[in-house]
Amino acid sequence: MAFDGNTRAGKRKKKRLYLVLTTMTILVLAVGLVLTALEDSISLFLDPSELKERNIADGQHIRLGGLVVEDSFVKDSDGLTYYFDVTDGAETVSVTYKGSLPDLFREGQGVVLEGKTNSKGPFNASEVLAKHDENYMPKEVMDSLKKRGVYRDANEEESI
Amino acid sequence: MHKFANPARFLRISRLITPWCFILTLVSLVVGLYWGLFVAPEDYQMGSAYRIIFVHVPAAHMSEICYGFMAVVSVVAIIWKHPLADQSARAAAPIGAAFTALALLTGSLWGKPMWGTFWIWDARLTSELLLLFLYFGYMAVWEAIDDRVQAARIAAVVALVGAINLPIIKFSVNWWNTLHQPASLLKSGGSGMHPDMLWPLLISILAFYLYFVTVLLWRIQTLIIRRQIRGLQMRLADEKNKKGLN
Repeated sequence: MAFDGNTRAGKRKKKRLYLVLTTMTILVLAVGLVLTALEDSISLFLDPSELKERNIADGQHIRLGGLVVEDSFVKDSDGLTYYFDVTDGAETVSVTYKGSLPDLFREGQGVVLEGKTNSKGPFNASEVLAKHDENYMPKEVMDSLKKRGVYRDANEEESI
Repeated sequence: MHKFANPARFLRISRLITPWCFILTLVSLVVGLYWGLFVAPEDYQMGSAYRIIFVHVPAAHMSEICYGFMAVVSVVAIIWKHPLADQSARAAAPIGAAFTALALLTGSLWGKPMWGTFWIWDARLTSELLLLFLYFGYMAVWEAIDDRVQAARIAAVVALVGAINLPIIKFSVNWWNTLHQPASLLKSGGSGMHPDMLWPLLISILAFYLYFVTVLLWRIQTLIIRRQIRGLQMRLADEKNKKGLN
């Protein structure tokens, strides 16, 4: 399997090895550059801080992601409209949404909202998607963790 | 390594191994899935719906491992020009495509009730779908080009170029905002799963590895034998021609 650089076949193998290595390096660099350039369009959503920073014009279709603030969830008397706040720890955005919520939607949970930007009032979401975190735990374990106060709420974690 | 790369010797050894691999696949698959689907405790948020990970995570993991395998043997094929390397990559492609399709399908089924959508164009889902198309493209090269040497060379290049997608799939959930959650198994500070759920998952993953090895060996054997048959047919035709000339 070794390269015998002295034989003709060995030299050709070495040449092919270098060809593979250089081609792959150039390709990886090219793809890396493209992905870096497209970073904004590849990311699925903006967080509340990014939304404030960027001063996006009203009426733009965007996705907003963050954690639902504890105790901010209110159901309207019509039973269909929901009000809640979404935060990334630094900034908070108020949201209204009319429609059905996914199973995983709850306070403290990550959500991704689709809707149009609106600097005057709350963010009017046309679609609400719930984000699941990477933690899986049996119910009993979670209950005992909560009882002992060991469990850190999702709000305190840095990422969603 | 050249010893095992001899197709005849490969056939002999792999025929000894495959029955055992098959038995181990069956045992680990039954244990892993039974443990995961019936014994493991329910998740505190998702109830039993999380149990799809016992199929989804192994399938998604293997979809990457399989393409990685194809890329590595393709490098061997390009540099050392060994026919067994070409055949191994070719044999692996449909298995990987099946793993990818299974991962996309199970993820989609879970996504509807949990996320609220079957599909979203986030970085993880999109790059995994791209992987499925790369498998299809790779398989199409073998089917479309009649000249076997040329087909092998182009297929190897496709496998190598496509391999750039692998780290993108893996790290997509860390590099960009995605709806898909980050890795549970390999994250800093240990796994994000309770041991009662982690063990059946690890056994399921082992079962998928064994399944991959078993089916891969079978498929390589088939490809080698098919080549031998074609060689014999050509010799037969040659001899008939000679007789005809005499």
